[in-house]
Amino acid sequence: MPIVEVKNLTVDFGPKSKPVRAVAGVDLHLAKGETLALLGESGSGKSVTLRSLMRLHPKSARTGGSMQVDERDVLAMPYGDLARYRGSIVSMIFQDPGLALDPVYRVGDQIAEAVVRHEGTSFKQGRARALELFERVRIPSPERRLDNYPHEMSGGMRQRAMIALALACNPKVLLADEPTTALDATVQIQVLLLLRELQRELGLAVIFVTHDIGVAVEVADRIAVMYAGKIIEEGPCADVIRAPSHPYTKGLLASRADHSFEKGARLTAIPGTPPDLATLPPGCAFAPRCAVVLDACRNSTPPPALISRHHFARCIRSEPAAARQATV
Amino acid sequence: MSHIVDTMFPPEAEDRGGAATPLLAVNGLVKHFKAKNAVVRAVDGVDFHVAKGETLGIVGESGCGKSTIARLIMQIIAPDSGTLLFDGEPVGSAALPLGDFRKKVQMVFQDSYASLNPRMTVEDTIAFGPRVHGLSHKAAVTRAHDLLHRVGLEPSRFAGRYPHEISGGQRQRINIARGLSLEPRLLILDEAVSALDKSVEAQVLNLLLDLKDEFGLTYIFISHDLNVVRFMSDRVMVMYLGKVAEIGSSEPIFKKPRHPYTEALLASMPSMDPDNRTQEAPITGDPPNPINPPPGCRFHTRCKFVSAICANAEPVLHDVGGGQSAACHLANPQSGHPRLAAAA
Repeated sequence: MPIVEVKNLTVDFGPKSKPVRAVAGVDLHLAKGETLALLGESGSGKSVTLRSLMRLHPKSARTGGSMQVDERDVLAMPYGDLARYRGSIVSMIFQDPGLALDPVYRVGDQIAEAVVRHEGTSFKQGRARALELFERVRIPSPERRLDNYPHEMSGGMRQRAMIALALACNPKVLLADEPTTALDATVQIQVLLLLRELQRELGLAVIFVTHDIGVAVEVADRIAVMYAGKIIEEGPCADVIRAPSHPYTKGLLASRADHSFEKGARLTAIPGTPPDLATLPPGCAFAPRCAVVLDACRNSTPPPALISRHHFARCIRSEPAAARQATV
Repeated sequence: MSHIVDTMFPPEAEDRGGAATPLLAVNGLVKHFKAKNAVVRAVDGVDFHVAKGETLGIVGESGCGKSTIARLIMQIIAPDSGTLLFDGEPVGSAALPLGDFRKKVQMVFQDSYASLNPRMTVEDTIAFGPRVHGLSHKAAVTRAHDLLHRVGLEPSRFAGRYPHEISGGQRQRINIARGLSLEPRLLILDEAVSALDKSVEAQVLNLLLDLKDEFGLTYIFISHDLNVVRFMSDRVMVMYLGKVAEIGSSEPIFKKPRHPYTEALLASMPSMDPDNRTQEAPITGDPPNPINPPPGCRFHTRCKFVSAICANAEPVLHDVGGGQSAACHLANPQSGHPRLAAAA
């Protein structure tokens, strides 16, 4: 039984007469202790998918499909249950800890408050738990740092503090929305390694949203690539990186600057720009930019085609790995 | 674009110093910002040069001074001390007044939206600079359309649009076109592709390479993305807390860094191999605050090879051969660092 199961999730924003479909039918499943990376560019729907799992959208957003987390129906949850669910079953870390932490309270108190609210302990016990968490996320001189305000910490330390806050009530699922994007390179790798270690030791299920393939490879067991609100390719990390099947995934991997060190060479770029969600083409959303587009691509969205065990792509041209080998 | 060169810059005005004179030589550049009861040592004694036609990449983490250097070169802010020589002429001297210098050096910023005037059309934005510098309205508009074409945007579709009506990648192309509208010789790209989606970033990098060839430009390319800097740059300057840690030809630095900070920065890049993930962070902690930088070598608080000498004596850039210099006691055999004695 997967701990997260999302079926045909759709999220619409804007007026009903002119909706913008940010998520257009996403299926996801996540086992206990597994890390899934949602990889995509801005506007691909990766963050919206993540926020749906916490029901963080404004009231005007319309969500369809079904979401089961730890055997709870997230969409049917009344508000009181939702408050208990957030933080103790599922918690989230964000790109900018400076915005996610309250600037006028000491960081230690913010963590203690969450523990008191969710577990009904005394404030003193909450602070003790906060200290334990600060040690766990390896903040140097943790006793002193608990009394810091967020602005007194460096970027890397604030991100560690936010991870501590997210773990305060022993969640089973951690949602990470680009948590290392704003960090410097030498700090980013430290935070990635910390998240990997915590995930392993606490048996967390993690959904990690990122636009950086390198970051996804460092943390994920599986990678799901999103484009225009749909998962267009998904599979075990190594399969997606080494044998990408969808032209978009192939293009993303080929356009990385580290693939061609030859001076004066040009990068293999994907032409065009990501589509406007309000005016999506009828067929495959990637068709206008695709180098190997067929007429059929413009008519209907291809269903997921299985390439190998657990690896699929939404592309007409995708073939099972076995068949591909046979034709070579 | 020869007709434009004719109208603005007579050819004999170009390349005064000859090929051997660096296009830009920076000496002893210092900029300290006064904060409340503190001094931020943003740029603290930096020397470098950029040869004609090359791309100098500047890398480093936040607070290392890379953007401050860009602003100092552009004369957006005044240095506390230090000199700039542009093609052998001191900037601001009678031979090269500031107004002339500004035509020859242009900049593209990270935020493509914030750096455009929201109330000006694309055409007006690009034509504005040439008009201010004396071109007729008609000629400036012709130039704007020509440049739009060169950066891959059809003038008939884009000239009349406003910044909010176009995508981020297209806006950055507009910023590049505006940067080129005065026919500069040096273009400073300060994190110019960092905010773009990966699929669009590759297009803009290709465009920058093409424009460089076409217009004979020289680039200063500032980025935190080491892959991109490696791809774009002939030479690289690595900065740490307002100082140059290492500078030299790009490939030797990426293949065999001689400063432990450069090494750590390279090792911090995520591995692209799922079977060979990073197991240990190359360095711990955040970069220290440039308000009170550590004494001696500024990197010594995070360096795995630290010894007593590093906290006491500040290393200077030492030529290690192959056009590569590193400001580390380990790079200088005469420094007396204990590891050198142990290795000998």
